[in-house]
Amino acid sequence: MPDALLQIDTLTAGYVKDLPILRGVSLTARYGELTVIIGPNGAGKSTLIKAVAGLLQVTEGKVTLDGGNITGISPDRMTRAGIAYVPQTDNVFRTLTIQQNLDLVLKLHSNPSGRLAALFRQFPVLKEKRRSKAGSLSGGQRQFLAVALALAVEPRLILMDEPSAGLSPKAAEEVLDHVKELTRQGVSVLLVEQNVKQALKRADHCYVLAEGRNQIDGPAEELLENPALGRIYLGGERKGAA
Amino acid sequence: MIGVISYLVFFTTVASILGIAVLGLNLQWGNTGLFNGGVVASFGAGAYGTLMLGGPAQDGHLGGFGLFYPLALLGGMVAAGVLAWIVGKLTLRLRHDYLAIATFGVAVAFENVMRNATSITGGAQGIRGFERPLRDVLGDGFTYNAVFLAGVLVVLLLVYVFLERLTVSPFGRLLRAIREDETAARSLGKSPDRIRLISFVTGSVIIGLAGGLYGTFYAFVSPQDVLPILTFQIWAMLIVGGAGNTRGALAGAFLIWGAWTFSGWALSRFAPVEAQLYTGSIQFVLIGMVIVGMLLWRPQGLFPERLIVSQPGRNREKTQVEGFT
Amino acid sequence: MIQHLVDGILVGSFLSLGAIGLTMVMHILRFANFSHAELLSIGAYCALVFDKLFESVLPVLSAKFGPLSITGALAVSILISMAVTGFTAVLIDRLIFRRVRQKGGELSMVFASFGMALVIRNIIGLVFGLSSELYSRDIAFAMVLSRDPLLLVKPDQVFVLFAALIIMFGLYLVLSRTTFGFSLRAIAENPSLAQVHGVNLRRMVAAVWIIGGALGAIAGVFYGLSYQITPVMGRDLVLPIFAATIVGGIGSVYGAVLGGFIVGVASNLALVVLPSGYSPSVPFLMILAVLLVRPNGLFGEARA
Repeated sequence: MPDALLQIDTLTAGYVKDLPILRGVSLTARYGELTVIIGPNGAGKSTLIKAVAGLLQVTEGKVTLDGGNITGISPDRMTRAGIAYVPQTDNVFRTLTIQQNLDLVLKLHSNPSGRLAALFRQFPVLKEKRRSKAGSLSGGQRQFLAVALALAVEPRLILMDEPSAGLSPKAAEEVLDHVKELTRQGVSVLLVEQNVKQALKRADHCYVLAEGRNQIDGPAEELLENPALGRIYLGGERKGAA
Repeated sequence: MIGVISYLVFFTTVASILGIAVLGLNLQWGNTGLFNGGVVASFGAGAYGTLMLGGPAQDGHLGGFGLFYPLALLGGMVAAGVLAWIVGKLTLRLRHDYLAIATFGVAVAFENVMRNATSITGGAQGIRGFERPLRDVLGDGFTYNAVFLAGVLVVLLLVYVFLERLTVSPFGRLLRAIREDETAARSLGKSPDRIRLISFVTGSVIIGLAGGLYGTFYAFVSPQDVLPILTFQIWAMLIVGGAGNTRGALAGAFLIWGAWTFSGWALSRFAPVEAQLYTGSIQFVLIGMVIVGMLLWRPQGLFPERLIVSQPGRNREKTQVEGFT
Repeated sequence: MIQHLVDGILVGSFLSLGAIGLTMVMHILRFANFSHAELLSIGAYCALVFDKLFESVLPVLSAKFGPLSITGALAVSILISMAVTGFTAVLIDRLIFRRVRQKGGELSMVFASFGMALVIRNIIGLVFGLSSELYSRDIAFAMVLSRDPLLLVKPDQVFVLFAALIIMFGLYLVLSRTTFGFSLRAIAENPSLAQVHGVNLRRMVAAVWIIGGALGAIAGVFYGLSYQITPVMGRDLVLPIFAATIVGGIGSVYGAVLGGFIVGVASNLALVVLPSGYSPSVPFLMILAVLLVRPNGLFGEARA
């Protein structure tokens, strides 16, 4: 079994003081794996990766990357530590062109110019539209740009918040396929998804959160068989999701 | 002794009138989260309106309609309300700081027009010779001032009761809802823009009422009475008292007006002669520091609202992000 | 008429410089800064202090440049004043605005700036006195550009206009060509996304204040060269500068440039029809007109 890349240890965090959304969540993301976090609405999934990305104040617990403590460091230093974050919405700079989006992130990390060409090879559609404003892209294309922005810094770990949300089923599968492809290239991904079936199909390891706490976790294929998943996750309401 | 009492009556009258204005501002800022940077324009519209409508015929400028006093006062309030309606209508649907800028502009333009439109407003000389109501019965002395104070206190009480009722009414809850979470309020089918406009105009009418009483008390108004510093003073009163809190706002009015008159007296009494010229500057710095200091160290005021609510216009997530700056 | 137009363009040059900084602050920090015009006062007085200092310490610097009333001492003083004012702006942000920002919402910032304007303005009055000052006591003679119609322009004003245009062009290059410029745009559009992609928000906020302060300092000196330096110049300039940002559209640097010139020209042309006493009201009328016709200004985008 590969070693742990990101280790989250009993993390407590939230948006306002004294009102934690996360109450002691622990999680491990391993090298080159697709780790998926699922759970019902309000479980704290997005909060968890925002806290890891440095956007929220962590009140308790510890986050380590490759053994180095990165708890609560500022978001702009987080990227330099090797973590990239793709928010669910507003994840590209709409007023800049695609090329300007990528150039900005590349230059901020003084990455060689060859990197842009590599990204364009990986996402031909972005090359095609490189002079258009990011705001004019379709939902799927925008997610690709967002992923490309994250890849620009050559991260070891990408945090992704529901990249398939709001996309057509076809575009959603395309984006998730691409995410899986990334892990084959050696980039580890920590993914939050609502689209449980599609996510579990591709995941290596899966965590289920509810009410800000760990519920169950395990290899994706095992979890699919676990009857507890339906109980926690569906709560009788969201039928058909799994 | 009569001198002290007479001074106390005078002081209480002015402080109470300003207290009414603070209550009006509290409706706008404390309950609705609207920044009115031109309190003095509403105040001035009330004062000028009242004196022009209720005053005797005069040479040289418009006015002198000699209206029955309550009607004149009402007219002043309407003037303040109309002015607020125009500005509010134009700005309240836009980014919230447009209102701050536009109201600030109204105040600048208002003072400027009062000073220059001599044929309408009496210009720099202002409007003089106003016949105060009931003067023929009560004379000009202490009795008049005492009765006038009683009248002001009655008005203050009425405004207070009106606003207290308003805050617990469905409309008041709506104001709070909009202040706390505009999107949620909108999703419930309420029109925040319209509600805000009503609140803004109502607040300005109350400030106009204060202005009308102020003009009546001095039987005189001039551009000197509508300088920007009055806006700052009334704001300081509100922030000291605690925005959203009616009783606190009143306490703030008395506290700040007391501090203002005392500092003016102390500076003129004890400061060296050559520094006398700077009395105003020193007092202005103090008012500014009260505002900034309160925001830094006690934004909820000395007498905070008992209900637990967040700051106006606060967006939790964004505050978090900006917490790193 | 032509004279008013020319005067308006000259006034527009320093209004634009003031408005650029204000619009950037309003865009990045999302609040209407009522104390921005006080940075112009700080800049003007700071340059005055260093100007007098250099003239007495290094008399060689007090020679004038050609027909201008600007001396070497003043030129150096302007540069120093830009730096000092820029850092003062950062300091005010660190001491006051940042703390208010952490506690309250955007309107608390507006309120704080309202109070700060009063404090700064009156402290300047207390330190430097309430009477007005000049950089040079010599009377600057106007050049006659044309006799019919009569058109008079002071050499200093021409210098101010060209200097302002050059500075604006420089800023344009920085904003449109450099990573710094794109970082600013990114922060303005989406602060948290910009941060997770490696933009240092703290440093960008400081940069915005330094730019705003430095441009404000130049604007203040240019105002002082055109009229006189007074403690209340901030009070007189705050509304025209706000008007320039609103006309141009809040957040748009190019809008601020154009807005400054439009407000300058309109205020001067208004004197053709209005008695001069009313000129302080003109910016307000322009704000109302813009809000009525095109609320987001010439280049602005709607933003809640």
